[in-house]
Amino acid sequence: MDLILPDFGLLVWTGLVFSLLFILLAKFAWKPILNAVNAREQKIAEALALAEKTKAEMQALKAENDQILKTARAERDQILKEAKEAANAMVEEAKSKAKDEATKIVESARQNISSEKAAAMADLKNHVATLSLEIAEKVIRQELTADDKQKALADQFASEIKLN
Amino acid sequence: MPQIGKLSSLLQVIVLALSFTVFQASAYASEEKSFNVNEMIMHHIKDAHEWHITGPEHGGVSVYLPVILHDNGFKVFSSKYFYHGKETEVKLNDSTTYHYLEGVGPAKGYGLYHEEIYKLNHEGKLHFQGDHPHNATPTDLSITKNVASLIIGSLLILIIMLSVARFYRKNGAVAPKGIAKFFEPIIVMVRDDIAKANIDHHKYQKYVPYLLTIFFFIWINNMLGLIPIIPGGANLTGNITITFFLAFCTLLVTVFSGNKNYWGHIFWMPGIPVAMKIFMIPIELIGIITKPFALMVRLFANITAGHIIVLALISIIFINKNYAWAGLSVPMALFISVLEILVAFLQGFLFAMLSSLFIGAAVEEAHH
Repeated sequence: MDLILPDFGLLVWTGLVFSLLFILLAKFAWKPILNAVNAREQKIAEALALAEKTKAEMQALKAENDQILKTARAERDQILKEAKEAANAMVEEAKSKAKDEATKIVESARQNISSEKAAAMADLKNHVATLSLEIAEKVIRQELTADDKQKALADQFASEIKLN
Repeated sequence: MPQIGKLSSLLQVIVLALSFTVFQASAYASEEKSFNVNEMIMHHIKDAHEWHITGPEHGGVSVYLPVILHDNGFKVFSSKYFYHGKETEVKLNDSTTYHYLEGVGPAKGYGLYHEEIYKLNHEGKLHFQGDHPHNATPTDLSITKNVASLIIGSLLILIIMLSVARFYRKNGAVAPKGIAKFFEPIIVMVRDDIAKANIDHHKYQKYVPYLLTIFFFIWINNMLGLIPIIPGGANLTGNITITFFLAFCTLLVTVFSGNKNYWGHIFWMPGIPVAMKIFMIPIELIGIITKPFALMVRLFANITAGHIIVLALISIIFINKNYAWAGLSVPMALFISVLEILVAFLQGFLFAMLSSLFIGAAVEEAHH
């Protein structure tokens, strides 16, 4: 029978020890443990939320970067194209300039040549005239002895000169 | 492989413990009188003023615990003054004989019969009537085997939980290591699966410390009870006083947490005819008591039954007076012992779970 009847002494001790145990555990064990576990859980939840946010931010950043890269690439292409065009234009210009110069040079050379030629011709004509005069003088001096011969010779010379 | 290693070392410990149980039981069998299974088991599962280790029942190797009596002032002396006292025999007219221990030295004037202390009458004897003495009893506040076990178990829980708490205090809110790593999931289980699951989300936090304390108190003491050697082996959680106290605590917490809705359901059950409402009042009032009563009986019966069955299986050897029976009795006792490890946890879990359920019902808000 005493197996199923509470014992007073044991009940007193149980009440005392259990109450003490409860107070000590609640104050010095459960409180710090539960606080730490709760704090950690909150920390983990926050970290997860932050990771999610960061991921979204990263995605946005990446999209932005892609956009920037794309614009930069287009810009580069544009610049390259322009540069090429500029270079081509410059080459073209240089070419045409050179051609003009060349034509000018050739033209001036031709002018020079023709003026030189004209000068030479004039010179030659002068020379020939002088020569002719000299010849004529000599002939005249020789031929003055005989009038008819003189005349005939003069005619002959004259006709010869005309041929030039 | 390390898993198997751990398992086998666990089994070794259990086998070792069981062999000790055999050894202890053999102490009873070695006495001249015939082996009485009932007496041996009852002696084990009941409280005592000594913590018997080995050897014959009286005079063997034993830890004599202090006896504290309140009888015109406090009297404190070792229980060895009973166990090493005078063994007295009383013969009644109907030829029944009773043996009790008469105290000597500081215990003079008291007699110990079935671990109960009585005051000797003017003839210096215990006066038997029926099957127990009718002498006066002093208030017995002794540190009995169960009280000692209670203190050891509580200290063990304190040491464990304070070192868990120290880990967090030292390291802050980090991933647990060592002892904290082992206990944290259990603490979180009590908080989430026991408290949070049964009690309203805004109110459960207040009850977590109580539920944690009863869970670990029952679990650790159940486990200590499974160890047959001295720091354990007391049938503490299988003692009706302990289970009564724990159930009473749950009753108090439930009753003092009860809100308007809870009491409304007890005294004026909504949704039924008035005649039924009146009829339901006594039923609901009894229900307040029966719920913790069931808690008390469940824990007491489960743990006591576990102790009885292990001892009964070991006793097979001594009933048949042949060690060859160990081949049958030890494996069976081993099986039950391993089962008891599960039961130790399960009973703690159930007690906390049902307490939480009762508290949850008491603080539930009306939802119509």
